[in-house]
Amino acid sequence: MAPDRLDATFAALADPTRRAILARLASGQAGVMELAKPFAMSQPAVSKHLKVLEHAGLISRGRDAQRRPCRLEPLPLADASGWLDHYREVWERNFRRLDLLLEEMKAQDTKTKARRTKRPPTKR
Amino acid sequence: MLNTGTLKVTTPSDREVKMVRVFDAPRAMVFDAFTRCELLKRWFGPRGFSLAICEGDFKVGGTWRFVLRGPDGGEMGMRGVIREMVRPERLVHAESFDDYPGESVVTTQFIEEAGKTTVTITVRYESKQIRDAVIASGMEHGAAETYDRLAEYLESRGHITTGA
Repeated sequence: MAPDRLDATFAALADPTRRAILARLASGQAGVMELAKPFAMSQPAVSKHLKVLEHAGLISRGRDAQRRPCRLEPLPLADASGWLDHYREVWERNFRRLDLLLEEMKAQDTKTKARRTKRPPTKR
Repeated sequence: MLNTGTLKVTTPSDREVKMVRVFDAPRAMVFDAFTRCELLKRWFGPRGFSLAICEGDFKVGGTWRFVLRGPDGGEMGMRGVIREMVRPERLVHAESFDDYPGESVVTTQFIEEAGKTTVTITVRYESKQIRDAVIASGMEHGAAETYDRLAEYLESRGHITTGA
C-alpha cells in the first residue's frame, strides 16, 4: 500500500467514533441515520466522519440517493494489519479449546480402557 | 515437525484459505471432535461466538445446521451438506451463512503420525472477493481492539499517532 494511503487509513482510525462506526459496519451495511443512533451526535457530524472513512478507502457508500448505505471495505485494513493475522488468531482461540477437549477425551479413554481390562479378583 | 499448537494459515490460491494445525491426540478422536455435535459445542465458535444449536446428519448427503450465538446475544446461522466423509481421514462439506450469499466448500484432512494428528482445512470460496471479505470479517468481534492493535502496528512502523 502507498504510504500516503496508509496515512489516510491511520488518521481515519485514530478516532474512537470512527472505530465504533467501523465496528458497527463489520456486522453489515447501514445508513447514516442508523449509524448516528448510538452516538449522541447529529447526522451532519456523523456524515463528516463517514467522509473521512470513505476518503481513507475504509468504507464505500451506495448509490441509493436517499439512504446511501455505508459498507465496510476490508482491503486497506487487511493490507495494514497483516492480512491473515486476525483470522489466524480467531481460529487459534478455537483450536486451543479443542486441545483442552481432546485432553479430556484422552483421559476418559484411558479410564474406560483401564476399567475394561480390570479383572475380578482371583482366589489363591 | 509435529509441534502442536501452531496454526499455519495460508492462501494457496485466489479463492482458498488453508489452515494446518497439529493436535496431540489420535485422529479418530480429532475426527469425532469435528463431526459430533456434543463435542463441536465444546470448542467451535469463531469470533467470540458459541455454538448454541448444532444439528447434523453426519454422513454423505446428510445436512447440518449450526446457530452461533454472539457475546451480545446476536445469532448467526450456518448450514450445508456433507459431500464426502471417510472416518477418520477426510471430510468434505459445503457451508453457507444465512446472512451472506454464496457457498464455500470445506475439505478437512486428518493425518496421524506418532499419536498426533495433523488437521488440514482448506476452504474454497466462490470468488476472491468473498474470500477476502470473510478473512477481513474476523474483525466482527472486538473490532475496536483490532483497530487499536493496528494503531500500535502502524506506530511501530514509524507513523505519527496523533491526529484526528
